[in-house]
Amino acid sequence: MSTATHKLLKGATGDWEMVIGMEIHAQVTSNSKLFSGASTAFGGEPNSHVSLVDAAMPGMLPVINEECVRQAVRTGLGLNAKINLRSVFDRKNYFYPDSPQGYQISQYKSPVVGEGEVLVELDGGRSVTVGIERLHLEQDAGKLLHDQSPSMTYVDLNRCGVALMEIVSKPDIRDAEQAKAYVTKLRAILRYLGTCDGDMEKGSLRADVNVSVRKPGGPLGTRCEIKNMNSINFIGQAIEYEARRQIEIIEDGGEIDQETRLYDPNKGETRSMRSKEEAHDYRYFPDPDLLPLEFSQQFVDELKADLPELPDQKKTRFVADFGLSAYDASVLVAERESAVFYETVLDRLANRARDGKLAANWVINELFGRLNKEGRDITDSPVTSEQLAAIVDLIGESTISGKIAKDLFEIVWHEGGDPRALVESRGMKQVTDLSAIEKVVDDIIAANPDKAAQVKDKPQSLGWFVGQVMKASGGKANPQSVNDLLKSKLGI
Amino acid sequence: MTDLTSLTLAEAREGLADKSFTSLELTDAHLGAIEAARVLNAFVMETPDQARAMAREADAKIAKGDAGPLAGIPLGIKDLFATKGVRTTACSNILGNFVPTYESTVTSQLWRDGAVMLGKLNNDEFAMGSSNETSCFGPVGNPWRRDGSNATLVPGGSSGGSASAVAALLCMGATATDTGGSIRQPAAFTATVGIKPTYGRCSRWGVVAFASSLDQAGPIARSVRDAAMLLRSMAGHDPKDTTSVDIPVPDYEAAIGKSVKGMKIGIPREYRLDGMPAEIEKLWSEGAAWLKAAGAELVEVSLPHTKYALPAYYIVAPAEASSNLARYDGVRYGLREQGKNIIEMYENARAEGFGAEVKRRVMIGTYVLSAGYYDAYYLRAQKVRTLIKKDFEDCFAKGVDAILTPATPSAAFGIGEKGGADPVEMYLNDIFTVTVNMAGLPGIAVPAGKDGQGLPLGLQLIGRPFDEETLFSLGEVIEQAAGRFTPARWW
Repeated sequence: MSTATHKLLKGATGDWEMVIGMEIHAQVTSNSKLFSGASTAFGGEPNSHVSLVDAAMPGMLPVINEECVRQAVRTGLGLNAKINLRSVFDRKNYFYPDSPQGYQISQYKSPVVGEGEVLVELDGGRSVTVGIERLHLEQDAGKLLHDQSPSMTYVDLNRCGVALMEIVSKPDIRDAEQAKAYVTKLRAILRYLGTCDGDMEKGSLRADVNVSVRKPGGPLGTRCEIKNMNSINFIGQAIEYEARRQIEIIEDGGEIDQETRLYDPNKGETRSMRSKEEAHDYRYFPDPDLLPLEFSQQFVDELKADLPELPDQKKTRFVADFGLSAYDASVLVAERESAVFYETVLDRLANRARDGKLAANWVINELFGRLNKEGRDITDSPVTSEQLAAIVDLIGESTISGKIAKDLFEIVWHEGGDPRALVESRGMKQVTDLSAIEKVVDDIIAANPDKAAQVKDKPQSLGWFVGQVMKASGGKANPQSVNDLLKSKLGI
Repeated sequence: MTDLTSLTLAEAREGLADKSFTSLELTDAHLGAIEAARVLNAFVMETPDQARAMAREADAKIAKGDAGPLAGIPLGIKDLFATKGVRTTACSNILGNFVPTYESTVTSQLWRDGAVMLGKLNNDEFAMGSSNETSCFGPVGNPWRRDGSNATLVPGGSSGGSASAVAALLCMGATATDTGGSIRQPAAFTATVGIKPTYGRCSRWGVVAFASSLDQAGPIARSVRDAAMLLRSMAGHDPKDTTSVDIPVPDYEAAIGKSVKGMKIGIPREYRLDGMPAEIEKLWSEGAAWLKAAGAELVEVSLPHTKYALPAYYIVAPAEASSNLARYDGVRYGLREQGKNIIEMYENARAEGFGAEVKRRVMIGTYVLSAGYYDAYYLRAQKVRTLIKKDFEDCFAKGVDAILTPATPSAAFGIGEKGGADPVEMYLNDIFTVTVNMAGLPGIAVPAGKDGQGLPLGLQLIGRPFDEETLFSLGEVIEQAAGRFTPARWW
């Protein structure tokens, strides 16, 4: 249900539309694994976070980690999805050394979370709603290390059994931009919720992307699945490449083989991993070691009551309470850390209602602009929320002008310090005392009689006088006072 | 002093309490008996040093007046239970010399209560079998022989080592497991008492899994009272097994001797099989008569889906087994076989490590779970299972307290006599016992008589969920009426 016009690809036979669906594997933020007490900490010595259950020793049994269930339910609520009070864990059987049990415990027919949706914002105020098909809990696999020995493969089971949420979208995505925006938004929601750290470099968030092409509005084409993408940019590149590959094949009179492919970012292309014929028969069946997962509506309601404010709600609130533009509000809420920074600034402001919007401008334009320029992250901003709030306060209460504030920001960025004290010690205070600027105004009018004469006919040239006065006062004069004073002196 | 090995567990408890003998003496007597009975092949691992150390510890506790309910009682442990520091193999080559670093919940509760471990007992490989002939350590001999015959008979299975050892006075009791009859059938073949408690009564943690939704641990002992004593220690909720049930464990022994007057005993008509030996028929009627004489009321009941139980069982159990046994891949423990690549390594390890019956069941299980066959086999079998369960529920809803059936369709048979050409011949042994596992109910096998060749026969009582107490009460009535049976020593 797209409300945005999406990108079509030009082929020899005309336009083609992409149909994209995604399965996101998000590692659940929890201290211990889905079915064992082993730690989920990243970066431990190989095989140092492995319990008897993870190593599939004889007679070991899985016990569900309730925190992982809570995290899945929280995520489901954050995706506006149906929470299933009863779900079932199944075994997905396959032999591979990264899975000591010989099966992965997953949820096949009855997932813990059902249908939901995510509002995805695009450039230029466009947006698209992507449907969520389901979310289920499953075990992550271990890691094979092929580079430790020329003749052997080593296995690290630290990650084995860590809880993953597989979030399956409906095939509602229509181009690479939407796909990237969808992952970005989903990641933001997970981070707001605290249910997944979203760190793609560490593999905490991985995407399998299903791509097919069709004539716009036509019947669905055969899809290919691009596995294990761990970068938002690569997802975009892989989709573009894969769609063009499929279009070429079809336009050359060929057919698309349903298969699993891998994206090679170095070559910028996808290549076949396994065909449909080679697909495993996973022999899913309900795990007899685990009872069906059942919880009450009250359990869900309690989690819902404790849910943090999510980006969409926050955006609406920023617009309503502080008069922010929808665009500015989306910029602020796009990442949890940015929103947190802005809200901390708000908390420290002397007059939130008056200066909330001004603060947003400063956070977005001055701070984010500067951080971007220097390739820094909001979490290591040299200007703290407290300092920024002080700067905004100083502007809001007319102690300094916006221009002076920029100088002050520079000083704080490089040298740190209390903005209010800096204004004091460096004499940056705005001059609102009329008597102090009156002489400057008189001098400038006296020195420019021709311009003073013209201004009566061309009131817009008043700006020139204001500029001169501001310059002469070192920027410290209050522009409004200067304006008023000039008007009365020039008789306009 | 009388032979200490011939005492029941209850008698030994008394003897230990009044200091007639020590646990060390009792343990030594059993270690001697085990040594002398190696021809039975009941033990696959003897742990005399550990046994004596545990016995000394028990003696010290008894002396201090700090004795647990099983203090100083020497037991045998089926090799399916993980025992910390003691080789645990499930009698499969694929586990090789696997030594667990952990102790199963059931055995740790026995040690908590003061019991002494004599060693590990033989069983069918991964508990798959009804004769103990599939063990990688070779078959177990039944201490019972046919009158006038020297042929060695099977003790039943899969807990054949447990039944044989208890019957041959090598241990005072043994742990066992029952997935389709593996406690009750060998108990019936050896004139011992075996109870499979309700599913969820004993923790499965640390027990090598065969079919998780059916597996349940229980004791084999020489009397109903002894079985009650053992079950009390073995049972209980375990947070490490989410299928174990969190309800208190009653004092099962208190149920012994309780009046069964007015209890309603169901006699299921579907268990009267065509061609059932007259001796079994007679035994069944006799058992019913004893219960009636004790004041119970007999009612004919119907369990209409009984005939589907065995085929459904042989879908569900192998399906779960095929998945449960996937972990035995030769990568992390047990037998390791090299190969050109990982697939070949798996294939070599599993080809070498698993015996024929295990392979057969893994293949059946893999087949019934495969895409395109799942609905026709596994799903349908699960539906049958629900119907079987409902049969029993309907029956109990009509006020039936327990159901009386034969335990087995025949007495013990000779080694190599059955299942050679057609495995189904062997599977038919479980015909009276699998329904109980499919329904998750408790079932007890109690010795009730002998066949024409002098071999023991047993009766089975099936109870309501978590009502093992009624089974102990009724079982003891049969035991009192039938008397106890001891094999003549030939080994």
